[in-house]
Amino acid sequence: MTVELRELRRSFGGTVALDGLSLTIEQGELIAFLGPSGCGKTTALRCVAGFERPDTGAVFIDGADVTRVPANRRDAGMVFQSYSLFPNLNVRDNVAFGLRVRRRPTDERHSRAAELLELVGLGGFGERYPHQLSGGQQQRVALARALALQPKVLLLDEPLSALDAKVRVNLREEIRRLQLELGITTIFVTHDQEEALSVADRVAVLKSGRLEQVAPPAEVYDRPATPFVAEFVGTMNHLPGRVSGETVEVFGQFLPLDGAAPGEEVDVLVRPEAVRVTPAGDGRAFILASSFRGSIARLRIQLDGGGEVLADVPGHEAVRLAPGLKVDVTLVERPVLTAPRTAVAAPVEPVA
Amino acid sequence: MAGVTWRRVTLGVAGVYFLVPLAISVWFTVYNETQGFSLGAYGRIVSAPGFTESLVKSLLLGAAVIVLVLLLALPALLAVRLGAPGLRPVLETITTLPLIVPPITYVVGIANALRGGTDALAATPFWQTLISIQDENFPVVLVLAYVMLALPFAYRSLDTGLRAVDVRTLVEAARNLGASWPYVLFRVILPNLRSAVASASFLSLALVMGEYTIAALMGYRTFPVWIVTISGNDGQLSVALSVLSLGLIWLLLLTLSGAGRKSK
Ligand SMILES: Nc1ncnc2c1ncn2[C@@H]1O[C@H](COP(=O)(O)OP(=O)(O)OP(=O)(O)O)[C@@H](O)[C@H]1O
Ligand SMILES: [Mg+2]
Repeated sequence: MTVELRELRRSFGGTVALDGLSLTIEQGELIAFLGPSGCGKTTALRCVAGFERPDTGAVFIDGADVTRVPANRRDAGMVFQSYSLFPNLNVRDNVAFGLRVRRRPTDERHSRAAELLELVGLGGFGERYPHQLSGGQQQRVALARALALQPKVLLLDEPLSALDAKVRVNLREEIRRLQLELGITTIFVTHDQEEALSVADRVAVLKSGRLEQVAPPAEVYDRPATPFVAEFVGTMNHLPGRVSGETVEVFGQFLPLDGAAPGEEVDVLVRPEAVRVTPAGDGRAFILASSFRGSIARLRIQLDGGGEVLADVPGHEAVRLAPGLKVDVTLVERPVLTAPRTAVAAPVEPVA
Repeated sequence: MAGVTWRRVTLGVAGVYFLVPLAISVWFTVYNETQGFSLGAYGRIVSAPGFTESLVKSLLLGAAVIVLVLLLALPALLAVRLGAPGLRPVLETITTLPLIVPPITYVVGIANALRGGTDALAATPFWQTLISIQDENFPVVLVLAYVMLALPFAYRSLDTGLRAVDVRTLVEAARNLGASWPYVLFRVILPNLRSAVASASFLSLALVMGEYTIAALMGYRTFPVWIVTISGNDGQLSVALSVLSLGLIWLLLLTLSGAGRKSK
């Protein structure tokens, strides 16, 4: 059961929500649509669900063109961002709603609802009403409801965004477990990069209604296809560099280039974890601030020549690398991405 | 403390204001100086010619108006909400118009429209339709007029009700699970709008049970028209009628609000 989006275009008045989006989602895959607010994630998902019709382009589910099939005859279960349970029905009837629409017998509806509630960890909640459930429980019920009809595709539009941090993490892991167990093709919309990277088989990064990159999480993170992706996924340092041949000079180090450079004077994109920090009495940089995050600590480092750089160091070094300390900064020897030079105050001069 | 006292005083004053005239009315209908205590006035109502007939007629008209006004207002409200939010002010204005136009204007307009056509048209279905909607036993033309009058009230009740639920999400969730549009309307939206529908129905019914001008001028004997005709020369009877219809409306109100509450 693959889903194919082919050249989807959709605009609302003057705003272009989808600008030629093409993407194929493989059988049993969980793909995350990731992108900033307003980039068209929801619109793309609604095109698959049938709530939105693209101006041009087509949606294929399992090879069949469903672009003109009304929402109630598409085989796609959806979980919404806002709480969407029917307030007048109890949990069991909510889950069994789709079966009821299809006029299945009562005992089948009840046993299927019980089975699904068990699956989402809410066995025994069947008689409750939605207003008697927490937000996380409501979304679980919504998930059970969407799965009750064994749809070909599962569509999740930021199902966790209304929940608090802890519940979010638990529930996303549970969604992933269920998805793997059922082997259901799934689109998971989110603007939370951590969420996308942690649950998806592949992440599709969208910008202004276009696909920037679609790749497994590690690849999106390590080898972002465009500066936008590099910027959006994870944190990036922009360091001033000068290209010479196949290498770029940054902080007095010569690092191999990843891809073509946009000019001679460039920004070198470096992840905080690729920045090494060593204490040095005569260092030409010092630690401005440190925020401890458990396994790592993120340091904000002021360079003598002006400019700042973020560095991640192991958590246990946080005590040693305290704010105010003079340090040396070096970069891990790896191919680096470059971007057109933006306004960076620091002159190109070695720090080490 | 002061708040509680004030509440009691206010309630007390309001209670006196409403209940004293009512009590006096009831007293007047059951007591008279020559006969003493008697329920005779109420007996006379029920046995008066045309009571059942006009009451049933008005109730039927009320039922028809409720069904029609709901079928008209609810889909329109939903369509505007889901498909064209920009049209909302337009709908709001249109549904306010019946309040502005005086009923006498309707009568003149409707009467003129119905009088239209000549004998040449007599055999056409159009003419037949005009005749049949003026049937004395069930004047469809009155239903149409009352639907118009009830629209502002029904629209506002339903609009308030819809505001309290996330219509778009509920509709989309139901559509996503395979529900057709009628299913969405009757099994998803209506059950969640029960109290709004109840109040829209009640207001429409109250309107039909109290409307005199249009019915009287067009010559139909609805319940209110019958009340006026029958009570012209019998003071006790006319007050008994008022008490009775008040009681009737109250009963309906309780039933409807009871039905509305059950949904919660
Ligand atoms: N029904 C609509 N009418 C007008 N404009 C719309 C409509 N739906 C979406 N848009 C516009 O289309 C663009 C894409 O919207 P969309 O909801 O797909 O974004 P998104 O990626 O889901 O954003 P978010 O992360 O905030 O949910 C936005 O600029 C939005 O304002
Ligand atoms: Mg969205």
